[in-house]
Amino acid sequence: MSAKTNMDPSIYAKRKRANLIGLVLSMSAMVIGLIFLLWILAILMFKGFSALSIDLLTLVSPAPGTPGGGLSNAIVGSLMIVLSCSLLSTPIGVLAGVYLSEYGDRSKSAAVTRFVNDIMLSAPSIVIGLFVYALVVVPSKHFSGWAGTIALSLIAIPVVVRTTENMLKLVPVSLREAAFALGAPKWKVSTTVVLKAAKSGVMTGLLLALARVSGETAPLLFTALNNQFFSLDMNKPMANLPVMIFQFAMSPYENWVDLAWGGALLITLTVLALNIIARVVFREKVSV
Amino acid sequence: MNTLPETKEIILEVRNLNFFYGAFQGLKNINLDIQKNTVTAFIGPSGCGKSTLLRTLNRMYDLYPGQRAEGVINFDGENILNPKQDLNLLRSRVGMVFQKPTPFPMSIYDNIAFGVQLYENLSRSDMDDRVEWALQKAAIWGEVKDKLGQSGLSLSGGQQQRLCIARGIAVKPAILLLDEPTSALDPISTGKVEELVHTLKSEYTVVIVTHNMQQAARVSDYTAYMYLGEMMEFGETDQIFMKPARQETEDYITGRFG
Repeated sequence: MSAKTNMDPSIYAKRKRANLIGLVLSMSAMVIGLIFLLWILAILMFKGFSALSIDLLTLVSPAPGTPGGGLSNAIVGSLMIVLSCSLLSTPIGVLAGVYLSEYGDRSKSAAVTRFVNDIMLSAPSIVIGLFVYALVVVPSKHFSGWAGTIALSLIAIPVVVRTTENMLKLVPVSLREAAFALGAPKWKVSTTVVLKAAKSGVMTGLLLALARVSGETAPLLFTALNNQFFSLDMNKPMANLPVMIFQFAMSPYENWVDLAWGGALLITLTVLALNIIARVVFREKVSV
Repeated sequence: MNTLPETKEIILEVRNLNFFYGAFQGLKNINLDIQKNTVTAFIGPSGCGKSTLLRTLNRMYDLYPGQRAEGVINFDGENILNPKQDLNLLRSRVGMVFQKPTPFPMSIYDNIAFGVQLYENLSRSDMDDRVEWALQKAAIWGEVKDKLGQSGLSLSGGQQQRLCIARGIAVKPAILLLDEPTSALDPISTGKVEELVHTLKSEYTVVIVTHNMQQAARVSDYTAYMYLGEMMEFGETDQIFMKPARQETEDYITGRFG
């Protein structure tokens, strides 16, 4: 292709230079971000890898001074608390999201709900922990796995509400009209058609909310506390990975510090897995 | 081609209909009779109100606050603009197919069964028969009979639109409203849909909005020409296209404007 005959070569050169500068700046920013991410992952792998063994998953956390041990009680405890949290947050969060998107488009109470939800989204997790402490732990006079579940749900629910509402709003109006045109009542349109159409987006939101709460420490500090022994009783203090790491990391015992690194690596790998599942399994299948 | 039924029976009466989008008046004093077992076409330039008029016939505008209709529309002895009218029941009897194909995110079978299940309690085999009947009528049975379990979204555009038409027919409405059903389709699919409209006439009443005048001339028995929210002329299709009564109609049909 021949050059434009009325082109000013200096303007062209300036534009090419500006393009190059922009490209270099944005790539450097990306590289800096990636470096820190890879650095964190590398340190975690390096320090925690030695603790990754079958013992980590099968042995209970060791008493101060005793060698060896694992994190089985913390792993099981975290699983139980996060699972209960998902059972509590999913119906409340999804239904609230359906309400805000399908029923509450113009009502005053919907606007207020949305506003309060957004505030809760950025509430400091330690404040939520203290709130549940005052509301649940103090009256019942003991720490418990249930209190931990409630605290984590208070963090997860606003995330689920927000993502559900956003995903539902993306469903085109024409699909709703087509369902109404058959004489379907509103609740059926909202659940059987609209929610189904937004299914993968809503699932992604749920998984990401769970990934977020599985690493939260502050809310569990005042509610589930921790437990050195293996226990499946949610009515008592429950062992969990984040608080266990907190306890072990700064202790003088070497095996405790190793276990803390192992636990941190475990949490990171879990969050990574949840994110990958959310993005790969639930990606939108594009129709031709 | 455009054969009218032997006996004249009015199924839908529109009297003094005015429609407002907020402060803007979209329809001005519309009066119209729709005859049973005929195809009526609404034609006119963009913004003339033909889709607006169609959407009052099944009260689809009710979904949006700020849109309101005044006047009377009599269907089956009742004024459907009455606020006490059961909208869901009305829409099961006055069905609508839209311009954009919108298959539900379910299997092809469930797409058809969804509407039927709302008001009828059919056994599994009866439902199978109804699904097959609807897909046959929509001239798509041969293409999908081996993949009824597949998602409706896996079909091509023309097939999706025929699926939506099958969905609308399956509930056996008294009236079927078609809002520019072939605008988004290729010529072959368009031809199939036009053939379908012709066969539907014997059992249903069809009202079709189209911006394609030749299509209106091909498929309809009666044509209404609209302009700026007013009903300019309404009559038998042959007469409108060959000897229109009003100058405005003739201008539009001959392409002098619009």
